[in-house]
Amino acid sequence: MSLGIAILVVIAYILLTPAVGLAMEGYDRVLTARMQGRKGPPLLQPLYDIQKLFNKQAIVVNNLQTVLVLGFVIFTIFTGCIFFAGGDILLVFFAHSLSDMFLVLAACSANSPYSSLGAQREFIQMMAYEPMTLLAAIGFYMVCGSFNVSDIIAADVPAVMKAPGVFLGYAFILVIKFRKSPFDLATSHHAHQEMVKGLTQDISGRSLGWVEVGDLYEQVQMLAIAGLFFVWRNPWSYLLAFGVCMAIYFTMILVDNVYPRVKWQPMLAYTWAITFILGGGNFLILTMLKR
Amino acid sequence: MQISKSPWLLHYDASSCNGCDIEVLASTTPRFDVERFGIINTGNPKHADILVVTGGVNNQTRMVLKQLYSQMPDPKVVVAAGICACDGGIFKECYNISGGIDTVIPVDVYVPGCAVRPEALIDGIVKAIAILDEKRSKQLIMKQKTG
Ligand code: SF4
Repeated sequence: MSLGIAILVVIAYILLTPAVGLAMEGYDRVLTARMQGRKGPPLLQPLYDIQKLFNKQAIVVNNLQTVLVLGFVIFTIFTGCIFFAGGDILLVFFAHSLSDMFLVLAACSANSPYSSLGAQREFIQMMAYEPMTLLAAIGFYMVCGSFNVSDIIAADVPAVMKAPGVFLGYAFILVIKFRKSPFDLATSHHAHQEMVKGLTQDISGRSLGWVEVGDLYEQVQMLAIAGLFFVWRNPWSYLLAFGVCMAIYFTMILVDNVYPRVKWQPMLAYTWAITFILGGGNFLILTMLKR
Repeated sequence: MQISKSPWLLHYDASSCNGCDIEVLASTTPRFDVERFGIINTGNPKHADILVVTGGVNNQTRMVLKQLYSQMPDPKVVVAAGICACDGGIFKECYNISGGIDTVIPVDVYVPGCAVRPEALIDGIVKAIAILDEKRSKQLIMKQKTG
């Protein structure tokens, strides 16, 4: 990818992602309502929510929290920039963990038990999904011979052809990343939370608005990484990747409405089992084929 | 900018007999679908715009109510749900009840009824939403005046 195109793509990413994320979340809320036999909110509801949050009084529990929340937003956007500029996928996952860490620290900085409990659970969630993200990065390397996104999209065959297990494992951990039931332990996007609000309990007003904005970026780039499995040299493959992303998102909304929340122990067990069987199994087959 | 399009609720039971609580919860079920108006039951004062209180105030709940109210970011409105929350209702004469919740925090909308009907409650909350916008514009004017 030439530098000019990379810069253009990054600018488009920064400007367009909020709109894409809002549309996704709007559809999520309407679809969820329909699945529950309700009419549901208007499609633009997530936009109204964020707009409201920026118009509320900012009750800041401590100044550090504001800085940490901004750190979360900036590093989340930075993560996406690396990805869309065709950078190193390993770096994308590391930057992403860093941004998540900022959010956890923001929750920890408040003195509320709910908030610290949410932070602890977010840590457990990170522990659960982190191995799979690493395997995904290594999977891309094994299939395409490079960690660079720009090389992966120029490969002869889509990564999913050789690494379907890694793809499925990655799609599985997206349920955690999107804060969907059964794995919405730390906090959830909809109202159904067992622990008041967990992670975002003590973040209010404008800060919460920023967290929501960061979440929009995060969701879009996590889904884009899933789409990367389906992109190869053919330009039409982007369309295929888009379709796959939409299908994954729909499945996640369905799963959210079908399964009840589980405790952290089963979450860890399921996720690691899936990582080991699908990811590890896929690696085993790949290494055996290479010989 | 309107904030009335996304009112988030906080429900607090000051000393209700649970009749009103059940109706408040009923009105947030899929049957009445308050999410049509963007309403979400948050359970967290720091995220809430509307405080719905059921039951009159007694000595044990006075401080809690005050604290919840002070933890909500401005602009905020309070809805007294049920006749007990409005003025003490059937428990008014009890030794431990100090009356309706307006003896402790300012109330914007009174929704009477024993127990309050979900339809009436939703009407009251929609009314409260209109007051939210009024408060917001007043706030903006104040801000402009004080610079
Ligand atoms: S108004 Fe009636 S139902 Fe509601 S709390 Fe009072 S006594 Fe109970």
